[in-house]
Amino acid sequence: MDWITTIGQLLNTTLVFSTALIFAAMGGIFSERSGVTNIGIEGLMTFGAFAAGVASYYAEDAGMGAASPYIGMLAAIVIGLVASLIHAVASITFKADQVISGVVINFLATGSTLYMVKLMFEGAGETPLLMESLQKWKIPLLSKIPIIGEGIFSNYPTTYLAIIVVIVASYILYKTSFGLRLRAVGEHPSAADTVGVKVRRMRYIGVMISGALAALGGATVTLTTTSTFSHNTISGQGFIAIAAMIFGKWNPLGAFGAAVFFGFSQAIGNYFQLFDWAHDIPQEFIYMLPYVLTVIVLVAAVGRSSAPAALGEPYDPGKR
Amino acid sequence: MNKLFKIFTVNSLLTPLVSIVLGLIVGAIIMLIGGYDPILAYSSLFSTVFGNLYDFGETIREITPLIMTGLAVAFAFRAGLFNIGAEGQYIVGMTAATAVGIKLTGLPIVLHAIVAIIAGGLAGGIWAGITGYLKAKRGVNEVIISIMLNWTGLYLSNYIVRNFLLLKGQQRSEDIQDTASISIGWLSDMFSDARMHWGTVIAILAAVFFYVFMWKSKQGYELRAVGHNGDAAKYAGMNVKSNIVKAMFISGIFAGLGGAFQVLGVFHYQAIFTGSPGVGFDGIAVALIGMNHPFGILLSAALFGTLTYGSAGMSFGADVPPEIIRIVIGSIIFFIAAQGIVRWVLKPFYLKRKKEKVL
Repeated sequence: MDWITTIGQLLNTTLVFSTALIFAAMGGIFSERSGVTNIGIEGLMTFGAFAAGVASYYAEDAGMGAASPYIGMLAAIVIGLVASLIHAVASITFKADQVISGVVINFLATGSTLYMVKLMFEGAGETPLLMESLQKWKIPLLSKIPIIGEGIFSNYPTTYLAIIVVIVASYILYKTSFGLRLRAVGEHPSAADTVGVKVRRMRYIGVMISGALAALGGATVTLTTTSTFSHNTISGQGFIAIAAMIFGKWNPLGAFGAAVFFGFSQAIGNYFQLFDWAHDIPQEFIYMLPYVLTVIVLVAAVGRSSAPAALGEPYDPGKR
Repeated sequence: MNKLFKIFTVNSLLTPLVSIVLGLIVGAIIMLIGGYDPILAYSSLFSTVFGNLYDFGETIREITPLIMTGLAVAFAFRAGLFNIGAEGQYIVGMTAATAVGIKLTGLPIVLHAIVAIIAGGLAGGIWAGITGYLKAKRGVNEVIISIMLNWTGLYLSNYIVRNFLLLKGQQRSEDIQDTASISIGWLSDMFSDARMHWGTVIAILAAVFFYVFMWKSKQGYELRAVGHNGDAAKYAGMNVKSNIVKAMFISGIFAGLGGAFQVLGVFHYQAIFTGSPGVGFDGIAVALIGMNHPFGILLSAALFGTLTYGSAGMSFGADVPPEIIRIVIGSIIFFIAAQGIVRWVLKPFYLKRKKEKVL
């Protein structure tokens, strides 16, 4: 076995598995930093995966060829924005419990996407298989570097985009006045209000960014991994992304690291089979690995997590 | 008895009721847009459930585990904790009951069932207790631990079933012994072979226990105090940490029992899961619609179970995809959560009433 290729491939698979989690975790950060808990990430991803499956299919049908996956991604962003508005209206305008309204998103997502799939495709349980799913891009020169060339620079365009989003998110949150306002609204809304920041508007923006990003994350699952949308295309990735966000202490770089860690512990399961000694390990234990590892790491290293101070509280200007 | 009625005042019942109606209307509108006949759909839903004894009995079967996971989620909510892990607790409860039901031999008929039920409840309680302990001792967010334990529980259960309880050549465990069954034969005969079991009775008793424990005991008072304001409770001399563990433990027992009933009363075996069964997640919805009150949960589980079981008949009778019911349930929770919307809908009625009084 060629070790250098194996490590490169492992890194590559890790990033493929991480991509959706990175997008969704970044989404979660924007919502929660503005003070709105978003347990609906899972549902928003489902909406995105659905939109990508349907829009890309129709784009292919209309002869858009290789451009169709990108149409799917755009559709995912649009549907993510719309779906997150439900969460925003309920929890910001009507001051609903944010956890509850997130659960609503999850319910509506599983219900309405499958309902629409059955409606559009004559009772089928999944969207038709996509012919033009995304292909991996080899970055010239960089992809020739040993290990990381194979691991990082020969990946799906969505993976590159995810990494760019992390950098941009980090920049926006910590280096722009918009980011400062967003964080202020999540830490101390009444103080932010006093200095003229529009608390509700900031929170709407935060939630909607999270909708767009989470849906984009869901879209990447359809466009790179499954090539079709069905009831189990998104099964728990949203919750894992939430875990990555908390794990990364609501910081884009931290959440990125956590998402890659989850991706890695998923990817390594595929590589266990290469080793003779690993054949004795029951497959269930390999599946379990990412979750058990997370618990151990959380307990051992992270401990008390530092959530935004006003997370989960509806803003009420009349309240002290 | 008076007190019992006081829980259901006009105001506390109005919001859920209006929300349910609004949710059904949203479902109807979506069916209309999709080109279906909502009246035919809803009538075939209800005629499925109430049309014959078998389906009515099966609806009760559907409702039972929802009561248990609903109680589990609500119990933790009352103590200020979000138990999103009812799913995992339900699964390990199933597996523990299956293991005891198959492996333990030589026990007399009622005793074996009781031992199996207790095993299921304890397994669920311990699974949730891990979350509670880590939250209390290490301050780790209970939501993230529960989510991780859901998946861990799922795969652990599959591992146990595949390696220790497997029926040869099948993707499921052997059957439990007859002594561990909690099915009620004569009742099933009455309901033309619907799978009736004692779990339903225990579920109702569990709701009563929830009420008495939470509102009539010192321990329940402490749990609620911790849920309302942990710092104040601590200042008043309560042990916040042990209360967190206790709340999660009891919450998990409810969910674990739900899983045990499902094995001992309904299936009599456990299948290897290909995906999460979802009963625990549905429990979140049940708890929310039931306003986190045990008696509210009995009603909301009945509603949830009726809609879910009936949705199959809906797709038969009116050709509507059964997923519409999840949209309806989601909308109901939405309206309950965003009470401002319901108040806005009710406003004209309130105004009218006031005017009449003035006259």
